[in-house]
Amino acid sequence: MLYSDKRGKTKKVKRKVKPDEAPVQEMDQAEGEETEKKSVSGPCFPPTFSVSEIKNKQRRHAMFLKLKEEKRKQKLELKKKKKKERKALGDQAPPKEVPKTIENQRIYDETTVNPEDEEVAFDEGTDEFSAYFSRLTNPKVLITTSDRPRGRTVRFCEQLATVIPHAHVYYRRGLALKRVIPQCVSRGFTYVMVINEDRKVPNGLVLCHLPDGPTAHFKVSNVRLRKEMKRRGKDPTEHVPEVILNNFSTRLGHSIGRLFAALFPHDPQFVGRQVATFHNQRDFIFFRFHRYIFKNEKKVGIQELGPRFTLKLRSLQKGTFDSKFGEYEWVHKRHEMDSSRRKFHL
Amino acid sequence: MQHDDVIWDLIGNDSFCSYKVKTKTQQFCRNEYNITGLCNRSSCPLANSQYATVREEKGLCYLYMKVIERAAFPARMWEKVKLDRNYAKALEQIDENLIYWPRFIRHKCKQRLTKITQYLIRIRKLTLKRQRKLVLLSRKVERREKRREEKALIAAQLENAIEKELLDRLKQGTYGDIYNFPIHAFDKAMEKQEEETESEEEEDEEEPVTREFVADDGFEESDLSDFEDMNNLKGSSDEEEEAEEESSEEEESEEELEEEKTKAQSKGKAPLKGPIRKKRAYVEMEYEQETEPAQKSKAT
Repeated sequence: MLYSDKRGKTKKVKRKVKPDEAPVQEMDQAEGEETEKKSVSGPCFPPTFSVSEIKNKQRRHAMFLKLKEEKRKQKLELKKKKKKERKALGDQAPPKEVPKTIENQRIYDETTVNPEDEEVAFDEGTDEFSAYFSRLTNPKVLITTSDRPRGRTVRFCEQLATVIPHAHVYYRRGLALKRVIPQCVSRGFTYVMVINEDRKVPNGLVLCHLPDGPTAHFKVSNVRLRKEMKRRGKDPTEHVPEVILNNFSTRLGHSIGRLFAALFPHDPQFVGRQVATFHNQRDFIFFRFHRYIFKNEKKVGIQELGPRFTLKLRSLQKGTFDSKFGEYEWVHKRHEMDSSRRKFHL
Repeated sequence: MQHDDVIWDLIGNDSFCSYKVKTKTQQFCRNEYNITGLCNRSSCPLANSQYATVREEKGLCYLYMKVIERAAFPARMWEKVKLDRNYAKALEQIDENLIYWPRFIRHKCKQRLTKITQYLIRIRKLTLKRQRKLVLLSRKVERREKRREEKALIAAQLENAIEKELLDRLKQGTYGDIYNFPIHAFDKAMEKQEEETESEEEEDEEEPVTREFVADDGFEESDLSDFEDMNNLKGSSDEEEEAEEESSEEEESEEELEEEKTKAQSKGKAPLKGPIRKKRAYVEMEYEQETEPAQKSKAT
C-alpha cells in the first residue's frame, strides 16, 4: 500500500508541475492522471514529510531536484517582482542594498588609526623611523638568505636587489645573524633582509631595521620570479620607484607600512615611471612592481615587471633580531587570532 | 641454572628472539644492554652470564656489569659504575673494573666508550652553533591560509587599486609638470561643458567644422617618431601656449582635442608604447596648428 502510494505520488510529480504540497493519492493511476492538483479525493495532509524520509535514493534525489527547482523559481519570481517595483517607483525607490563583503563585515579594531590622531602622529614622529622620515638617513639594504640557498632563492634575491635601490646581496655562509648585525651597522646599512628557504623555495622573510629598529618576520608565499610573469616588460631600470601602501589601517599596520616605506629612498624619480606596491588585504600583503604610463588624465596603463610575492606578518619584535630574548610587540597566535573570519589585525 | 648455550640455541641463529632485527646481510640486536649492537654469540646479553656494557645517560657514561652470581636476582643483576668524565681516566676505570674479564668484552667496552665520548663532543659543538628550528606545519592550517590568500587576492583587485592610486596622485599634482594633462581647473571646465545643454554642445561641435586643422606644408608625421623629440616638442608647445593669450575658445578647442584624442585611442586596442607615440604625435600636430589661427587673425 505504501509502495503504491509513493509511486502514485511521484508519478503525479513528474507529469504535472506541482507545488510542495503533495497530496497522497489513494486512488488508481488512471484517476490520478486526470484529476488536477486541487480537486483531489482522498486525504491530503500538509507536507510534514521531508525529502529525506523517502528511502529510495533515486526517488529521493528526484524529489529533491523538484524541490530545488521550485525554490529557484520562487526566488526568480521574487526578484522579478522587486525589479518591477523598483522600476515603478523610479526615483523614489529605496537605495540598492550593498552586498555584504568580508571587508564590510570586518570587526572593528580599536587600534584603527584616525588620520587626525595626534598621539599617533607624535608616536610616529619619535619612533625608530623618524630618522628616515625626517630625511636624515638614506636607506641601504642588505639582502641575504638562510644557509645554503638553492637557485630559486638566489634568483629571487637578485631580483629583489634590482627592485629595491641601494640593495646588496651577500651570501650567508653560515654566519650568525647576531654577529652579522653589528657589522652591518658599522658599515652603514639601514636594513637587513633575510630570506628563509625551505625545500628549495623561499618561504620566510625577516626584515630588520638596523640602528636598533623593529624586526618583522613574515611568511612568504606565491613567489613569482620575473621570467614567470606573463606579458611583462623589460627589466626594471635603476630609477627610484614610487611606493604605494594600501590598506594599512591599524596601529600595527601603520608601523609595518612605515617599515616598508623606509626601504625605498625618499624622492622617487618619476621619469622612471616605476611603482612598487604593498597592498594589504585581509592581513595578506601583496607586493607588486609595475611600470605605468598615463594615456590621458583618466586612464593609466600598468605593466607588471619584477617579482611578486605575498607576505603575512608572523611577528613584530621591538629590537634587532633576537628570537630568544627579544621583546615582541605582536605575535601571531593562531588559536586566538584565526578563530574569527572577520577579524584582521593589519 | 644459567645455561648459556641452551639459551643461545633457543634464541640465537635462525631462531626467534624478540630483540632480533634481521636484514639481508646481518642481524642486529635491539637489546639496550648489547655492547656491539649485533646479534652474535659473544654479544648477546641474554646468552652470556658474564657481560659488561658502557651506556650513556644525560652526558655521563656508566659501566654496567652482569655476573653469574646475580643471575637469580633480576632486580640487582646489573651493577652500575659511574665513569669519570675524563676519557683517559674512564678507560683506566674500565680496565680496573673489568680486570680478569674476557678480552673481547674489555675491548668492546672501551670502543663503545670512545664512540660515546666522540658523539658527546659533537653534540656540545653543535649546540653552540646556530640550530635550525623545525616548525611544524599543520596541513589544515596551511590549506586554510592558502585559500584565504586566494580569496584575498581576488578581493584586492590589485590592478584597479594601483591604477586608482596613480590617477589620484596625478590629480593631486604630485607629478608636477611632467605630464601634459589639464589640471583641476580644466577638469572643472570640462565638467561644466558636459552639463550644458545639447544645443550648446552642438554649437561647440560646429566649431571644429569651421576650423579645420590641416597639416603644415613641411610637416611629416615621421619627424615625430622619436620619443625624446616629442618631449622637447611638448615643452616647446607648452611655451607657445603660455606665450599666447588664450581665449575660452582655445580652451574649448583643447577639450575637443582631448575628446578627439580619447575617441581615437578608444578605437584601437593596442599595447602601450607604440601607438601611444603616434597618438601623441597626433596631438602635437594639433598644438602646432594652434598657432595658425593667431597668425591668421594677425594677417586679417
